[in-house]
Amino acid sequence: MQLTLKIWRQKNASDKGGFVTYPVKDVSKDMSFLEMLDVLNEGLIEKGEDPVHFDHDCREGICGTCSLYINGKPHGPLQTTTCQLHMRSFSDGQTITIEPWRAKAFPIVKDLVVNRSAFDRIIQAGGYVSVGTGGVPDANEIPIPKNIADLAMDAAQCIGCGACVAACKNASAMLFTSAKISQLALLPQGQVERKTRAEKMVAQMDAEGFGACTNTGACEAECPKGISITNIARMNREYFSAVLSSENI
Amino acid sequence: MSWVTKTLNSTLGKKLLMALTGLFLILFLVVHLVGNLQLLLPDEGEAFNKYAESMATNPFIRVVSIGNFAFILLHVIYSILLTRHNRKSRPIGYAESAASTNSTWSSRNMGILGTVILIFLLVHLKGFYYEIKFGEMPFIDYEGVSYKNVFAIVAAAYSNVLYVAFYVVCMGFLAFHLSHGFASAFQTLGLNHVKYSPLIKKVGIGFSILVPTLFALIPVVMYIQSL
Repeated sequence: MQLTLKIWRQKNASDKGGFVTYPVKDVSKDMSFLEMLDVLNEGLIEKGEDPVHFDHDCREGICGTCSLYINGKPHGPLQTTTCQLHMRSFSDGQTITIEPWRAKAFPIVKDLVVNRSAFDRIIQAGGYVSVGTGGVPDANEIPIPKNIADLAMDAAQCIGCGACVAACKNASAMLFTSAKISQLALLPQGQVERKTRAEKMVAQMDAEGFGACTNTGACEAECPKGISITNIARMNREYFSAVLSSENI
Repeated sequence: MSWVTKTLNSTLGKKLLMALTGLFLILFLVVHLVGNLQLLLPDEGEAFNKYAESMATNPFIRVVSIGNFAFILLHVIYSILLTRHNRKSRPIGYAESAASTNSTWSSRNMGILGTVILIFLLVHLKGFYYEIKFGEMPFIDYEGVSYKNVFAIVAAAYSNVLYVAFYVVCMGFLAFHLSHGFASAFQTLGLNHVKYSPLIKKVGIGFSILVPTLFALIPVVMYIQSL
């Protein structure tokens, strides 16, 4: 395959940045998208040019590090992570536009790399259980109905890649935050800090400068882990009931 | 900041106000439509004129009407606040967007749809509400009692084809606004449930087609009658 890549290049956070077009030859349709970029970068390094910087780690679709906005969609045309996207999803001679996640809360570090520590700070605000839970309990010692466990596990699938923010027209982080609130609110271990957690995590999400939700459903449609917007409704319930009933003034 | 203002200033709080005011306005549409459909009764406007009189004098309706104006204003103000906040959340946009593959057009353009509806509302209020309340009105007698002849004002307005066309087009915008807004309001309130959400979505679509169509039908029928 031969491709034309239109890639966002930006030296650092304060650089203005712009698109640079690169032709790539000899791309196999069995390559992953990141391997195709590796080929491009090898060529750039041989020519003595600065390779294109992009985030990646496990390349197995479980770490949430890769983050490319490909042809107008986070993680490209399939509902998966960029590392699990293969070149067979593209056609010979195609022009592919690659952009970084765009959000005020995700400042660009370099090229296609963005700083997603805002997500870490939302978790730090309350996405944990700090009360002593003792040693590993025996199976079924704490009874949790199967359907509730399933909902909590579905929410816990979120890998924090930020595709929801990238896809949302408002750069809203509600799908991420709601998944992290839900996974604990649904389980008995999360009850002690339930109200404070919802209040603090929503407050941190707002403080980071993420947008509000318009319920377009774009986040759910693009999430590589299929996190449902029913979590956003649950977050709204958790938040409103928390502010109405908690002791926090 | 008290916990109340803190909550209402959060993104979730602002959305809550949008949803609650939106749902009230949806309810208002139903009441308004039922009243307006009396324009089509074959009684030369008698039922409608009597209804208009009762709406203008009933103290309960007057209180609700003030609330209605306040809710419209809140809905508009909070939509502006949210839009500004959302724009700031993505200062640099994408060069390429495939948004049509993951969301509906109306869900992404509620602001544009709402702006057209607001313009319509201003024209509508100037043309009818203001004229009826403060303008020179013709009167008509039923059983010796004098009533403002609101029907005559409406019939005169709806004999103008441009006015009718404007109404019909604006009802189209309302339909698209409601097609997203109805179900969206429930989602914002946290009312997403495997049993009820599919029904809410269906009712929302039905509502967004039926109500604007019936509203649009009134000027069209009255225009045809005026020929």
